[in-house]
Amino acid sequence: MSIILDHVNYIYDEDTAMAHAALIDVCLNIPDGQFVGLIGHTGSGKSTLIQHMNGLEKPTSGCVFYNGQDINDPDYDKKSLRAKVGLVFQYPEHQLFETDCFKDVCFGPKNLGLPQKEVELRAYEALKQVGFDDEYFYQSPFDLSGGQKRRVAIAGVLAMKPEVLILDEPTAGLDPKGREDILGLIKKLHDEMGITIILVSHSMDDVANYVDRIIVMNKGRVAFDDVPTEVFKHYKELEEIGLAAPQVTYVMQELREAGFPVDTNVTTLDAAKIEILKAFGKC
Amino acid sequence: MLRDITLGQYYRTESVIHSLDPRVKLVATFVFIVSLFVANNFVGYVIAALFLAMCIYLSKVPPKFIFRGMKTIFFLLMITMVFNLFLTPGKELISIWKLTITYEGLKMAIMMAIRLMFLITGSSLMTLTTTPNNLTDGLEKLLRPLRLFKVPVHEISMMMSIALRFIPILMEETDKIMKAQMARGADFESGSIIKRAKSLVPLLVPLFISAFRRANDLAMAMEARCYKGGDGRTKMKPLIYQNRDRLAYLVIWAYLGIVIVLGRIL
Repeated sequence: MSIILDHVNYIYDEDTAMAHAALIDVCLNIPDGQFVGLIGHTGSGKSTLIQHMNGLEKPTSGCVFYNGQDINDPDYDKKSLRAKVGLVFQYPEHQLFETDCFKDVCFGPKNLGLPQKEVELRAYEALKQVGFDDEYFYQSPFDLSGGQKRRVAIAGVLAMKPEVLILDEPTAGLDPKGREDILGLIKKLHDEMGITIILVSHSMDDVANYVDRIIVMNKGRVAFDDVPTEVFKHYKELEEIGLAAPQVTYVMQELREAGFPVDTNVTTLDAAKIEILKAFGKC
Repeated sequence: MLRDITLGQYYRTESVIHSLDPRVKLVATFVFIVSLFVANNFVGYVIAALFLAMCIYLSKVPPKFIFRGMKTIFFLLMITMVFNLFLTPGKELISIWKLTITYEGLKMAIMMAIRLMFLITGSSLMTLTTTPNNLTDGLEKLLRPLRLFKVPVHEISMMMSIALRFIPILMEETDKIMKAQMARGADFESGSIIKRAKSLVPLLVPLFISAFRRANDLAMAMEARCYKGGDGRTKMKPLIYQNRDRLAYLVIWAYLGIVIVLGRIL
Protein backbone atom coordinates (compact mmCIF):
# COMPACT_ATOMS: atom_id res chain seq x y z
CA MET A 1 0.00 0.00 0.00
CA SER A 2 1.91 3.03 -1.20
CA ILE A 3 2.45 5.58 -3.91
CA ILE A 4 5.41 4.85 -6.13
CA LEU A 5 6.75 7.13 -8.83
CA ASP A 6 9.11 5.40 -11.20
CA HIS A 7 11.38 7.61 -13.33
CA VAL A 8 8.67 10.17 -13.94
CA ASN A 9 9.37 12.92 -16.47
CA TYR A 10 6.95 15.67 -17.39
CA ILE A 11 7.36 18.27 -20.10
CA TYR A 12 5.02 21.24 -20.41
CA ASP A 13 3.94 22.41 -23.87
CA GLU A 14 5.86 19.70 -25.65
CA ASP A 15 6.71 20.42 -29.30
CA THR A 16 6.52 24.20 -28.93
CA ALA A 17 9.15 26.83 -28.30
CA MET A 18 7.77 27.16 -24.77
CA ALA A 19 8.53 23.54 -23.89
CA HIS A 20 10.23 23.07 -20.57
CA ALA A 21 10.71 20.14 -18.28
CA ALA A 22 8.72 20.39 -15.06
CA LEU A 23 9.77 17.02 -13.69
CA ILE A 24 13.00 15.22 -14.44
CA ASP A 25 13.52 11.57 -13.52
CA VAL A 26 11.57 11.62 -10.28
CA CYS A 27 11.61 8.38 -8.28
CA LEU A 28 9.72 8.29 -5.00
CA ASN A 29 8.15 5.77 -2.69
CA ILE A 30 5.63 7.07 -0.19
CA PRO A 31 4.48 4.31 2.19
CA ASP A 32 1.19 4.32 4.09
CA GLY A 33 0.74 6.49 7.12
CA GLN A 34 3.74 8.71 6.55
CA PHE A 35 3.63 12.47 7.10
CA VAL A 36 5.68 13.90 4.27
CA GLY A 37 6.73 17.50 3.68
CA LEU A 38 7.28 18.43 0.04
CA ILE A 39 9.38 21.56 -0.16
CA GLY A 40 10.58 23.58 -3.08
CA HIS A 41 10.99 27.05 -4.43
CA THR A 42 8.29 28.51 -6.70
CA GLY A 43 8.45 26.68 -10.02
CA SER A 44 10.41 23.74 -8.68
CA GLY A 45 7.75 21.30 -9.88
CA LYS A 46 6.07 20.45 -6.59
CA SER A 47 2.54 21.29 -7.74
CA THR A 48 3.06 19.33 -10.95
CA LEU A 49 4.40 16.42 -8.95
CA ILE A 50 1.36 16.11 -6.71
CA GLN A 51 -0.98 16.27 -9.69
CA HIS A 52 0.68 13.14 -10.96
CA MET A 53 -0.22 11.32 -7.77
CA ASN A 54 -3.95 11.36 -8.41
CA GLY A 55 -3.83 11.17 -12.18
CA LEU A 56 -4.67 14.78 -13.04
CA GLU A 57 -1.48 14.99 -15.06
CA LYS A 58 -0.04 12.16 -17.06
CA PRO A 59 3.73 11.75 -17.09
CA THR A 60 5.47 12.29 -20.43
CA SER A 61 7.45 9.19 -19.56
CA GLY A 62 7.68 6.95 -16.51
CA CYS A 63 5.00 5.35 -14.34
CA VAL A 64 2.97 6.14 -11.25
CA PHE A 65 1.73 3.25 -9.12
CA TYR A 66 -0.91 3.37 -6.43
CA ASN A 67 -1.09 0.23 -4.32
CA GLY A 68 0.84 -1.61 -6.97
CA GLN A 69 -1.37 -0.64 -9.91
CA ASP A 70 -0.34 1.64 -12.76
CA ILE A 71 -2.77 4.57 -12.51
CA ASN A 72 -2.28 5.60 -16.13
CA ASP A 73 -3.40 2.26 -17.42
CA PRO A 74 -6.47 2.88 -19.64
CA ASP A 75 -8.50 0.40 -17.59
CA TYR A 76 -7.69 2.00 -14.26
CA ASP A 77 -10.64 3.72 -12.58
CA LYS A 78 -9.40 7.27 -12.09
CA LYS A 79 -12.51 8.40 -10.24
CA SER A 80 -12.01 5.93 -7.43
CA LEU A 81 -8.32 6.86 -7.35
CA ARG A 82 -9.24 10.49 -6.79
CA ALA A 83 -11.39 9.46 -3.87
CA LYS A 84 -8.48 7.55 -2.34
CA VAL A 85 -5.86 10.18 -3.05
CA GLY A 86 -7.47 13.44 -1.97
CA LEU A 87 -5.87 16.59 -3.31
CA VAL A 88 -6.49 19.98 -1.73
CA PHE A 89 -5.32 22.66 -4.14
CA GLN A 90 -3.72 25.96 -3.30
CA TYR A 91 -6.32 28.51 -2.22
CA PRO A 92 -8.98 25.76 -2.18
CA GLU A 93 -11.63 28.26 -1.11
CA HIS A 94 -11.66 29.51 -4.73
CA GLN A 95 -13.40 26.32 -5.85
CA LEU A 96 -16.42 26.64 -3.55
CA PHE A 97 -19.58 27.08 -5.57
CA GLU A 98 -22.67 25.87 -3.73
CA THR A 99 -25.27 27.98 -1.96
CA ASP A 100 -24.34 26.65 1.46
CA CYS A 101 -21.30 25.02 3.04
CA PHE A 102 -22.95 21.69 3.71
CA LYS A 103 -24.00 21.23 0.09
CA ASP A 104 -20.53 22.12 -1.08
CA VAL A 105 -18.95 19.44 1.08
CA CYS A 106 -21.53 16.97 -0.28
CA PHE A 107 -20.23 17.53 -3.82
CA GLY A 108 -17.30 15.09 -3.52
CA PRO A 109 -19.09 12.08 -2.02
CA LYS A 110 -22.06 12.68 -4.32
CA ASN A 111 -19.76 12.36 -7.32
CA LEU A 112 -18.72 8.96 -6.00
CA GLY A 113 -22.30 7.82 -6.50
CA LEU A 114 -23.01 7.12 -2.84
CA PRO A 115 -26.58 7.07 -1.49
CA GLN A 116 -27.87 10.43 -0.25
CA LYS A 117 -27.81 9.39 3.40
CA GLU A 118 -24.20 8.29 3.26
CA VAL A 119 -23.29 11.51 1.43
CA GLU A 120 -24.80 13.66 4.16
CA LEU A 121 -23.30 11.59 6.92
CA ARG A 122 -19.86 11.94 5.41
CA ALA A 123 -20.27 15.66 4.88
CA TYR A 124 -21.32 16.08 8.49
CA GLU A 125 -18.38 14.03 9.73
CA ALA A 126 -15.90 15.90 7.55
CA LEU A 127 -17.12 19.30 8.69
CA LYS A 128 -16.85 18.13 12.31
CA GLN A 129 -13.34 16.81 11.68
CA VAL A 130 -12.12 20.18 10.49
CA GLY A 131 -13.67 21.80 13.54
CA PHE A 132 -16.33 23.71 11.67
CA ASP A 133 -19.08 25.24 13.77
CA ASP A 134 -22.63 23.81 13.38
CA GLU A 135 -24.23 27.21 13.15
CA TYR A 136 -22.44 28.04 9.89
CA PHE A 137 -23.40 24.77 8.14
CA TYR A 138 -26.17 26.34 6.10
CA GLN A 139 -24.52 29.67 5.45
CA SER A 140 -23.22 30.70 2.08
CA PRO A 141 -19.51 29.83 1.90
CA PHE A 142 -18.88 33.28 0.47
CA ASP A 143 -19.86 34.98 3.72
CA LEU A 144 -17.16 33.22 5.74
CA SER A 145 -13.67 34.35 6.70
CA GLY A 146 -10.65 33.10 4.76
CA GLY A 147 -9.68 30.52 7.38
CA GLN A 148 -13.23 29.17 7.67
CA LYS A 149 -13.61 28.93 3.91
CA ARG A 150 -10.44 26.92 3.77
CA ARG A 151 -11.77 24.53 6.39
CA VAL A 152 -14.89 23.97 4.31
CA ALA A 153 -12.76 23.32 1.23
CA ILE A 154 -10.58 20.82 3.09
CA ALA A 155 -13.72 19.14 4.44
CA GLY A 156 -14.90 18.88 0.84
CA VAL A 157 -11.97 16.60 0.10
CA LEU A 158 -12.04 14.78 3.45
CA ALA A 159 -15.68 13.81 2.87
CA MET A 160 -14.46 11.47 0.16
CA LYS A 161 -12.60 9.54 2.88
CA PRO A 162 -9.18 9.57 1.23
CA GLU A 163 -6.40 7.21 2.26
CA VAL A 164 -3.85 9.80 1.23
CA LEU A 165 -4.36 13.52 1.68
CA ILE A 166 -2.23 15.92 -0.31
CA LEU A 167 -2.36 19.60 0.57
CA ASP A 168 -0.80 22.26 -1.64
CA GLU A 169 0.32 25.17 0.54
CA PRO A 170 -2.66 24.93 2.88
CA THR A 171 -1.46 27.89 4.94
CA ALA A 172 -0.86 30.36 2.10
CA GLY A 173 -2.41 33.73 2.78
CA LEU A 174 -3.50 32.94 6.34
CA ASP A 175 -2.53 34.87 9.47
CA PRO A 176 -0.26 33.14 12.05
CA LYS A 177 -3.22 31.98 14.11
CA GLY A 178 -5.05 30.52 11.09
CA ARG A 179 -1.79 28.94 10.00
CA GLU A 180 -1.26 27.12 13.24
CA ASP A 181 -4.91 26.05 13.36
CA ILE A 182 -4.78 24.48 9.92
CA LEU A 183 -1.44 22.76 10.54
CA GLY A 184 -2.69 21.46 13.89
CA LEU A 185 -5.79 20.17 12.17
CA ILE A 186 -3.72 18.30 9.58
CA LYS A 187 -1.56 16.80 12.31
CA LYS A 188 -4.70 15.66 14.10
CA LEU A 189 -6.04 14.03 10.93
CA HIS A 190 -2.78 12.15 10.54
CA ASP A 191 -2.57 10.98 14.14
CA GLU A 192 -6.21 10.06 14.66
CA MET A 193 -7.17 8.64 11.31
CA GLY A 194 -3.81 7.29 10.24
CA ILE A 195 -4.03 8.71 6.74
CA THR A 196 -0.92 9.48 4.74
CA ILE A 197 -0.32 13.22 4.50
CA ILE A 198 1.74 15.02 1.90
CA LEU A 199 2.15 18.64 2.84
CA VAL A 200 3.46 20.97 0.15
CA SER A 201 5.08 24.15 1.35
CA HIS A 202 7.97 26.48 0.71
CA SER A 203 8.47 27.22 4.35
CA MET A 204 10.64 24.85 6.37
CA ASP A 205 9.39 26.41 9.60
CA ASP A 206 5.87 25.30 8.71
CA VAL A 207 6.70 21.67 8.17
CA ALA A 208 9.66 21.05 10.49
CA ASN A 209 7.43 20.54 13.53
CA TYR A 210 5.17 18.01 11.95
CA VAL A 211 6.66 15.80 9.28
CA ASP A 212 8.51 12.46 9.39
CA ARG A 213 10.21 13.01 6.09
CA ILE A 214 11.11 15.92 3.84
CA ILE A 215 11.38 15.81 0.07
CA VAL A 216 13.12 18.84 -1.38
CA MET A 217 12.46 19.64 -5.04
CA ASN A 218 14.73 21.80 -7.14
CA LYS A 219 14.20 22.58 -10.83
CA GLY A 220 12.10 19.47 -11.37
CA ARG A 221 14.45 17.08 -9.60
CA VAL A 222 14.41 15.57 -6.13
CA ALA A 223 17.29 17.34 -4.37
CA PHE A 224 16.99 15.78 -0.90
CA ASP A 225 14.77 13.09 0.50
CA ASP A 226 15.33 12.21 4.14
CA VAL A 227 14.24 12.77 7.74
CA PRO A 228 14.17 16.46 8.72
CA THR A 229 17.35 16.49 10.82
CA GLU A 230 19.35 15.02 7.94
CA VAL A 231 17.91 17.42 5.38
CA PHE A 232 18.57 20.45 7.57
CA LYS A 233 22.24 19.51 7.84
CA HIS A 234 22.45 20.65 4.24
CA TYR A 235 21.29 24.11 5.16
CA LYS A 236 23.99 25.73 3.02
CA GLU A 237 22.84 23.85 -0.10
CA LEU A 238 19.25 24.64 0.77
CA GLU A 239 20.08 28.32 0.72
CA GLU A 240 21.63 27.95 -2.70
CA ILE A 241 18.34 26.68 -4.11
CA GLY A 242 16.40 29.53 -2.59
CA LEU A 243 15.22 27.76 0.55
CA ALA A 244 16.29 27.93 4.15
CA ALA A 245 16.43 25.60 7.12
CA PRO A 246 14.13 26.48 10.04
CA GLN A 247 15.29 29.40 12.14
CA VAL A 248 15.95 27.02 15.03
CA THR A 249 18.69 25.35 13.00
CA TYR A 250 20.47 28.64 12.46
CA VAL A 251 20.28 29.58 16.13
CA MET A 252 21.70 26.20 17.14
CA GLN A 253 24.44 26.35 14.51
CA GLU A 254 25.57 29.76 15.69
CA LEU A 255 25.50 28.72 19.31
CA ARG A 256 27.66 25.76 18.37
CA GLU A 257 30.11 27.99 16.53
CA ALA A 258 30.23 30.31 19.53
CA GLY A 259 31.41 27.36 21.57
CA PHE A 260 28.31 26.15 23.36
CA PRO A 261 27.87 22.36 23.49
CA VAL A 262 24.39 22.20 21.93
CA ASP A 263 22.95 19.55 19.68
CA THR A 264 22.45 21.10 16.23
CA ASN A 265 20.07 18.35 15.12
CA VAL A 266 17.00 19.67 16.90
CA THR A 267 14.25 20.87 14.62
CA THR A 268 11.46 22.02 16.87
CA LEU A 269 11.23 25.03 19.11
CA ASP A 270 10.55 22.99 22.24
CA ALA A 271 13.50 20.66 21.72
CA ALA A 272 15.72 23.67 21.09
CA LYS A 273 14.60 25.27 24.34
CA ILE A 274 15.54 22.17 26.31
CA GLU A 275 18.91 21.95 24.56
CA ILE A 276 19.76 25.58 25.22
CA LEU A 277 18.70 25.41 28.84
CA LYS A 278 20.85 22.31 29.24
CA ALA A 279 23.86 24.00 27.66
CA PHE A 280 23.54 27.15 29.74
CA GLY A 281 22.82 25.22 32.88
CA LYS A 282 26.24 23.62 32.56
CA CYS A 283 27.95 26.98 32.04
CA MET B 1 -7.23 20.46 -23.44
CA LEU B 2 -7.63 24.19 -22.91
CA ARG B 3 -4.13 24.81 -24.10
CA ASP B 4 -5.36 23.95 -27.60
CA ILE B 5 -7.13 27.27 -27.93
CA THR B 6 -4.62 29.50 -29.65
CA LEU B 7 -6.96 32.34 -30.59
CA GLY B 8 -5.79 35.51 -28.90
CA GLN B 9 -2.57 33.99 -27.63
CA TYR B 10 0.88 35.44 -28.16
CA TYR B 11 3.78 33.32 -29.35
CA ARG B 12 7.07 34.73 -28.11
CA THR B 13 9.89 34.64 -30.62
CA GLU B 14 11.86 37.09 -32.78
CA SER B 15 10.96 37.53 -36.42
CA VAL B 16 10.33 40.16 -39.08
CA ILE B 17 6.60 39.84 -38.55
CA HIS B 18 6.92 40.21 -34.78
CA SER B 19 8.89 43.41 -35.13
CA LEU B 20 6.46 45.11 -37.52
CA ASP B 21 4.42 48.04 -36.29
CA PRO B 22 1.08 46.74 -34.96
CA ARG B 23 -0.76 49.18 -37.22
CA VAL B 24 0.77 47.49 -40.24
CA LYS B 25 -0.34 44.10 -39.00
CA LEU B 26 -3.86 45.31 -38.26
CA VAL B 27 -4.19 46.85 -41.71
CA ALA B 28 -2.65 43.77 -43.27
CA THR B 29 -5.11 41.47 -41.53
CA PHE B 30 -7.98 43.67 -42.63
CA VAL B 31 -6.72 43.77 -46.19
CA PHE B 32 -6.22 40.03 -46.15
CA ILE B 33 -9.81 39.44 -45.01
CA VAL B 34 -11.11 41.85 -47.67
CA SER B 35 -9.04 40.05 -50.29
CA LEU B 36 -10.64 36.73 -49.30
CA PHE B 37 -14.06 38.11 -50.08
CA VAL B 38 -12.98 39.97 -53.19
CA ALA B 39 -11.52 36.88 -54.82
CA ASN B 40 -14.10 34.62 -56.37
CA ASN B 41 -12.04 32.20 -58.38
CA PHE B 42 -9.43 29.69 -57.33
CA VAL B 43 -6.48 31.66 -58.68
CA GLY B 44 -7.30 34.31 -56.08
CA TYR B 45 -7.25 31.74 -53.30
CA VAL B 46 -3.96 30.31 -54.46
CA ILE B 47 -2.44 33.76 -54.22
CA ALA B 48 -3.99 34.26 -50.78
CA ALA B 49 -2.60 30.90 -49.70
CA LEU B 50 0.86 31.83 -50.94
CA PHE B 51 0.72 35.17 -49.16
CA LEU B 52 -0.41 33.51 -45.94
CA ALA B 53 2.26 30.81 -46.21
CA MET B 54 4.91 33.48 -46.72
CA CYS B 55 3.74 35.35 -43.61
CA ILE B 56 3.69 32.17 -41.53
CA TYR B 57 7.17 31.28 -42.74
CA LEU B 58 8.48 34.77 -41.91
CA SER B 59 6.81 34.78 -38.49
CA LYS B 60 8.75 31.70 -37.34
CA VAL B 61 5.65 30.47 -35.51
CA PRO B 62 5.49 26.67 -35.92
CA PRO B 63 2.61 25.89 -38.32
CA LYS B 64 1.51 23.12 -35.96
CA PHE B 65 0.84 25.77 -33.37
CA ILE B 66 -1.27 27.87 -35.72
CA PHE B 67 -3.35 25.01 -37.01
CA ARG B 68 -4.05 23.70 -33.54
CA GLY B 69 -6.47 26.63 -33.19
CA MET B 70 -8.33 25.27 -36.17
CA LYS B 71 -9.67 22.33 -34.18
CA THR B 72 -11.89 24.65 -32.18
CA ILE B 73 -13.68 26.01 -35.26
CA PHE B 74 -13.98 22.66 -36.95
CA PHE B 75 -17.62 22.35 -35.92
CA LEU B 76 -18.57 25.77 -37.22
CA LEU B 77 -16.77 24.97 -40.45
CA MET B 78 -18.74 21.76 -40.90
CA ILE B 79 -22.07 23.49 -40.32
CA THR B 80 -21.37 26.24 -42.86
CA MET B 81 -20.23 23.67 -45.38
CA VAL B 82 -23.32 21.51 -44.96
CA PHE B 83 -25.71 24.45 -45.25
CA ASN B 84 -24.00 25.80 -48.33
CA LEU B 85 -23.81 22.39 -49.89
CA PHE B 86 -27.51 21.62 -49.66
CA LEU B 87 -29.25 24.97 -49.68
CA THR B 88 -27.74 26.73 -52.66
CA PRO B 89 -30.06 26.68 -55.69
CA GLY B 90 -28.60 25.94 -59.12
CA LYS B 91 -27.64 23.14 -61.49
CA GLU B 92 -28.29 19.76 -59.92
CA LEU B 93 -25.35 17.42 -59.38
CA ILE B 94 -26.55 14.59 -57.14
CA SER B 95 -29.93 14.13 -55.53
CA ILE B 96 -30.40 11.91 -52.45
CA TRP B 97 -33.93 11.71 -51.07
CA LYS B 98 -35.01 15.33 -50.51
CA LEU B 99 -31.50 16.72 -50.49
CA THR B 100 -29.89 17.93 -53.64
CA ILE B 101 -26.31 18.97 -54.11
CA THR B 102 -25.89 21.58 -56.79
CA TYR B 103 -22.79 22.55 -58.69
CA GLU B 104 -23.07 26.08 -57.28
CA GLY B 105 -23.57 24.69 -53.79
CA LEU B 106 -20.43 22.60 -54.01
CA LYS B 107 -18.42 25.56 -55.22
CA MET B 108 -19.89 27.82 -52.54
CA ALA B 109 -19.22 25.28 -49.77
CA ILE B 110 -15.59 24.86 -50.74
CA MET B 111 -15.11 28.60 -51.08
CA MET B 112 -16.71 29.31 -47.71
CA ALA B 113 -14.55 26.68 -46.05
CA ILE B 114 -11.40 28.14 -47.56
CA ARG B 115 -12.44 31.66 -46.61
CA LEU B 116 -13.18 30.69 -43.02
CA MET B 117 -9.97 28.74 -42.62
CA PHE B 118 -7.83 31.51 -44.08
CA LEU B 119 -9.68 34.10 -42.04
CA ILE B 120 -9.02 32.31 -38.78
CA THR B 121 -5.43 31.50 -39.68
CA GLY B 122 -4.73 35.07 -40.78
CA SER B 123 -6.18 36.67 -37.69
CA SER B 124 -4.59 34.19 -35.32
CA LEU B 125 -1.26 34.89 -36.99
CA MET B 126 -1.75 38.53 -36.09
CA THR B 127 -2.50 37.83 -32.43
CA LEU B 128 0.27 35.25 -32.24
CA THR B 129 2.86 37.77 -33.40
CA THR B 130 1.60 40.86 -31.58
CA THR B 131 1.44 41.37 -27.84
CA PRO B 132 -1.99 42.47 -26.61
CA ASN B 133 -0.52 45.78 -25.50
CA ASN B 134 0.95 46.50 -28.90
CA LEU B 135 -2.24 45.45 -30.60
CA THR B 136 -4.44 47.86 -28.70
CA ASP B 137 -1.87 50.65 -29.01
CA GLY B 138 -2.02 50.16 -32.75
CA LEU B 139 -5.78 50.05 -32.77
CA GLU B 140 -6.04 53.18 -30.71
CA LYS B 141 -3.80 55.05 -33.08
CA LEU B 142 -5.54 53.76 -36.19
CA LEU B 143 -8.97 54.72 -34.87
CA ARG B 144 -7.85 58.10 -33.59
CA PRO B 145 -9.63 60.05 -36.39
CA LEU B 146 -12.92 58.71 -35.03
CA ARG B 147 -12.46 60.92 -31.98
CA LEU B 148 -13.77 63.76 -34.10
CA PHE B 149 -17.12 62.00 -34.00
CA LYS B 150 -16.95 61.64 -30.20
CA VAL B 151 -16.10 57.95 -30.31
CA PRO B 152 -14.32 57.02 -27.02
CA VAL B 153 -11.35 55.48 -28.83
CA HIS B 154 -9.05 55.28 -25.83
CA GLU B 155 -11.68 53.66 -23.65
CA ILE B 156 -12.53 51.10 -26.30
CA SER B 157 -8.92 50.13 -26.78
CA MET B 158 -8.33 50.00 -23.04
CA MET B 159 -11.30 47.67 -22.68
CA MET B 160 -9.98 45.53 -25.48
CA SER B 161 -6.52 45.32 -24.05
CA ILE B 162 -7.88 44.32 -20.66
CA ALA B 163 -10.14 41.72 -22.23
CA LEU B 164 -7.25 40.28 -24.23
CA ARG B 165 -4.97 40.31 -21.21
CA PHE B 166 -7.57 38.39 -19.24
CA ILE B 167 -7.94 35.55 -21.75
CA PRO B 168 -4.84 33.63 -20.67
CA ILE B 169 -5.45 34.43 -17.00
CA LEU B 170 -9.00 33.11 -17.10
CA MET B 171 -7.90 30.13 -19.14
CA GLU B 172 -5.33 29.21 -16.51
CA GLU B 173 -7.93 29.75 -13.80
CA THR B 174 -10.40 27.50 -15.63
CA ASP B 175 -7.76 24.81 -15.86
CA LYS B 176 -7.06 25.09 -12.15
CA ILE B 177 -10.70 25.02 -11.04
CA MET B 178 -11.42 22.17 -13.41
CA LYS B 179 -8.62 20.14 -11.88
CA ALA B 180 -9.71 21.02 -8.36
CA GLN B 181 -13.24 19.82 -9.08
CA MET B 182 -11.94 16.74 -10.85
CA ALA B 183 -9.98 15.98 -7.69
CA ARG B 184 -13.36 15.97 -5.96
CA GLY B 185 -14.67 13.44 -8.45
CA ALA B 186 -16.31 15.84 -10.92
CA ASP B 187 -16.69 14.50 -14.43
CA PHE B 188 -16.71 16.99 -17.29
CA GLU B 189 -16.33 14.60 -20.16
CA SER B 190 -19.02 11.96 -20.09
CA GLY B 191 -22.80 11.77 -19.83
CA SER B 192 -25.67 13.30 -21.77
CA ILE B 193 -25.71 16.94 -22.88
CA ILE B 194 -27.91 17.96 -19.97
CA LYS B 195 -25.69 16.16 -17.50
CA ARG B 196 -22.62 17.76 -18.99
CA ALA B 197 -24.18 21.22 -18.91
CA LYS B 198 -25.04 20.67 -15.25
CA SER B 199 -21.51 19.55 -14.51
CA LEU B 200 -20.31 22.98 -15.64
CA VAL B 201 -21.92 24.73 -12.68
CA PRO B 202 -19.09 23.83 -10.27
CA LEU B 203 -16.71 25.28 -12.85
CA LEU B 204 -18.57 28.43 -13.89
CA VAL B 205 -19.57 29.72 -10.47
CA PRO B 206 -16.01 29.87 -9.11
CA LEU B 207 -14.79 31.20 -12.44
CA PHE B 208 -17.23 34.10 -12.43
CA ILE B 209 -16.48 34.90 -8.82
CA SER B 210 -12.78 34.97 -9.55
CA ALA B 211 -13.31 37.12 -12.66
CA PHE B 212 -15.28 39.66 -10.64
CA ARG B 213 -12.67 39.62 -7.90
CA ARG B 214 -9.91 40.24 -10.43
CA ALA B 215 -11.87 43.01 -12.13
CA ASN B 216 -12.40 44.65 -8.77
CA ASP B 217 -8.72 44.43 -7.89
CA LEU B 218 -7.71 45.81 -11.25
CA ALA B 219 -10.12 48.74 -10.99
CA MET B 220 -8.75 49.49 -7.54
CA ALA B 221 -5.15 49.34 -8.75
CA MET B 222 -5.92 51.63 -11.69
CA GLU B 223 -7.68 54.08 -9.44
CA ALA B 224 -4.76 54.02 -7.01
CA ARG B 225 -2.48 55.08 -9.87
CA CYS B 226 -4.78 57.97 -10.77
CA TYR B 227 -5.97 56.53 -14.06
CA LYS B 228 -8.56 58.85 -15.53
CA GLY B 229 -8.82 57.95 -19.19
CA GLY B 230 -6.86 58.84 -22.26
CA ASP B 231 -6.63 62.65 -22.12
CA GLY B 232 -3.07 63.83 -21.65
CA ARG B 233 -1.62 60.33 -21.45
CA THR B 234 1.74 59.79 -23.10
CA LYS B 235 3.29 56.52 -24.17
CA MET B 236 6.53 54.99 -23.01
CA LYS B 237 7.03 53.43 -26.43
CA PRO B 238 5.23 55.60 -28.98
CA LEU B 239 4.55 53.91 -32.31
CA ILE B 240 6.74 55.26 -35.11
CA TYR B 241 6.84 53.82 -38.62
CA GLN B 242 10.20 52.36 -39.68
CA ASN B 243 11.41 51.59 -43.18
CA ARG B 244 10.39 47.95 -42.86
CA ASP B 245 6.86 49.07 -42.03
CA ARG B 246 6.68 51.18 -45.17
CA LEU B 247 7.96 48.26 -47.19
CA ALA B 248 5.34 46.01 -45.59
CA TYR B 249 2.60 48.45 -46.56
CA LEU B 250 3.86 48.32 -50.12
CA VAL B 251 3.75 44.52 -50.11
CA ILE B 252 0.22 44.50 -48.69
CA TRP B 253 -1.23 46.91 -51.23
CA ALA B 254 0.56 45.12 -54.03
CA TYR B 255 -0.95 41.87 -52.79
CA LEU B 256 -4.45 43.35 -52.75
CA GLY B 257 -3.94 44.68 -56.27
CA ILE B 258 -2.84 41.29 -57.55
CA VAL B 259 -5.79 39.54 -55.92
CA ILE B 260 -8.25 42.03 -57.39
CA VAL B 261 -6.77 41.70 -60.85
CA LEU B 262 -6.34 37.94 -60.89
CA GLY B 263 -9.16 36.91 -58.61
CA ARG B 264 -11.86 39.09 -60.13
CA ILE B 265 -11.06 39.91 -63.67
CA LEU B 266 -9.46 36.72 -64.86
